[in-house]
Amino acid sequence: MSENLIKPENLVYKKTDVLTDRIMHYCPGCGHGTAHRMLAEVIDELGIQNETIGVAPVGCSVLAYYYFNVDMQEAAHGRAPAVATGIKRVFPEKYVFTYQGDGDLAAIGTAETIHACNRGENILIVFVNNGIYGMTGGQMAPTTLEGMKSSTSPFGRDVKTMGAPLKITELIAQLPGTYFVTRQAVHKPANVRKAKRALKKAMEYQKLNKGTCFVEIVSNCPSNWKMTPAQSNKWMEENMFPYYPLGDIKVPEEK
Amino acid sequence: MAKRGDVVIDIEKCKGCEVCITACPNNVLALAPEVNNKGYHYAVKVNSDCIGCANCAVVCPDAVITVYREK
Repeated sequence: MSENLIKPENLVYKKTDVLTDRIMHYCPGCGHGTAHRMLAEVIDELGIQNETIGVAPVGCSVLAYYYFNVDMQEAAHGRAPAVATGIKRVFPEKYVFTYQGDGDLAAIGTAETIHACNRGENILIVFVNNGIYGMTGGQMAPTTLEGMKSSTSPFGRDVKTMGAPLKITELIAQLPGTYFVTRQAVHKPANVRKAKRALKKAMEYQKLNKGTCFVEIVSNCPSNWKMTPAQSNKWMEENMFPYYPLGDIKVPEEK
Repeated sequence: MAKRGDVVIDIEKCKGCEVCITACPNNVLALAPEVNNKGYHYAVKVNSDCIGCANCAVVCPDAVITVYREK
């Protein structure tokens, strides 16, 4: 290459300052990092870094408060929507989001999730669904697919005794309190860009005070699925997407 | 002709997950035979076919890639 392209005027993409410089603890190839970055970029682009308050969950993303350069609050396991409700009611002009995994949101926190959505709290719930309990060692989660092996379902999930995978996103879309419900993924460039647009819309809708916005991100868990990141992304496309189809589930009527 | 681009990779933050390698349309990236301080093989540029599309940076879970493209 003859001339050096690495000059500020040629810059097309760099890490947003809404993410801190700390090295994330996530396993290589984990979708959490990308989901964090998309949310951070949305906060950056909307210029609301000082007006945003995040609520971190328990699970793999328990340390999310280290990575987002915004005000963050840690919640007890599954209680992030309840904590976010309190924060939003005290600071109604702030942008409040929760960031939760499937073990947090769809298992121990099902009650808080459903009731916060049913009350139509004006918060954004980001739900990262990888179908497994990542942090504690790959146990079966409510979202684990039928026949999927985990450390507590070594012969695969048996729907007869363990129930069918919980489609909590479709469930909460039925509630009148939710305003915008969508399911996205972050494993390919096109999906990442779509997910970012969805997160941006959801953040903007918060200004309208119309109800809860809910963005599910179907993600991978290379470590606990026992695959390489590339294999896990392929497996996710082949197995997770048929059961958790991507796309908008509830969209507000545009005027 | 497509515009030329370049990438800068923060090798100490790279975890060698290879998601960027699959996302690159021009096979510009590969894993280095060497490892970083954490023991991961990190992504490196192996040719000059980069067009600055930023696909690699967009999918990177650890936000280690900075992308440049000629104006």
